[in-house]
Amino acid sequence: MTIDLWLFFGLAAVAVGAAVAMLLSRNAVYAALFLILNFATVAIFFLLLGAPFIAMAQVTVYAGAIMVLFLFVIMLLGAEQIQSRHRGGWQRPLAILLALVLLIETSYLIFGRGEASGLIQPVDANYASPQAIGESLFTDFLLPFEVTSVLLLVAMVGVIVLTKEERKKLS
Amino acid sequence: MVPVSYYFALSAILFALGALGVLVRRNAIIIFMSIELMLNAANLLFVAFARSYGSLNGQIYVFFVIAVAAAEVAVGLALIVAIFRTKKSIDIDEISSLKG
Repeated sequence: MTIDLWLFFGLAAVAVGAAVAMLLSRNAVYAALFLILNFATVAIFFLLLGAPFIAMAQVTVYAGAIMVLFLFVIMLLGAEQIQSRHRGGWQRPLAILLALVLLIETSYLIFGRGEASGLIQPVDANYASPQAIGESLFTDFLLPFEVTSVLLLVAMVGVIVLTKEERKKLS
Repeated sequence: MVPVSYYFALSAILFALGALGVLVRRNAIIIFMSIELMLNAANLLFVAFARSYGSLNGQIYVFFVIAVAAAEVAVGLALIVAIFRTKKSIDIDEISSLKG
């Protein structure tokens, strides 16, 4: 086995283990921290796949901004230890069964089409450099880029409205 | 080099784990985090396919998915805060006022 395969399997074990630990942890703060670990390993996978810009965006936006927002809300609500009163007896085995079916179906769809063969081909140094991404973003994808800016503005206004209305009712 | 199919398998496993989290957990914040896990698995698949086809478009899509996910998280967490203020709970089994 080459060092690439060792790196891949080590990181994959960390990513899957962090995801499982997030599902199993009772404390919501621990779940958020495990999710940050998962996002960081996925960012390293992006680096291995030759996507340095996406990897940095993943670290700053996902592992940074989004997860800080999650932790902030968990601590604001004091929701880290909330336990469920319903155990949902028959739902849990059914959920595990359905997740297994989903895994088998996605594996079949991905691997059954015969496109999944082959090693990763080496690409030239300019593939996915920030300059190449910026050129593609501002020429071919200019309209989605502008729509995204409008979407972010709408989300910002929506969040302010959602939280302000409650405050008015309380006082 | 690592075969691309390994990345596909990892992405499928992470997506199934996220779906399992949505189905099993009852805490709304953990369900939300599981949705983020699924989005992230889809992003990994996008980047792996972009690499295997030597195209850049997959990475641009991932950039947009990250931007939309940021907006979605802000709105969703504001909704969770609003629900918590009225119901004093974020257990999704308690939020059943619309049940007939």
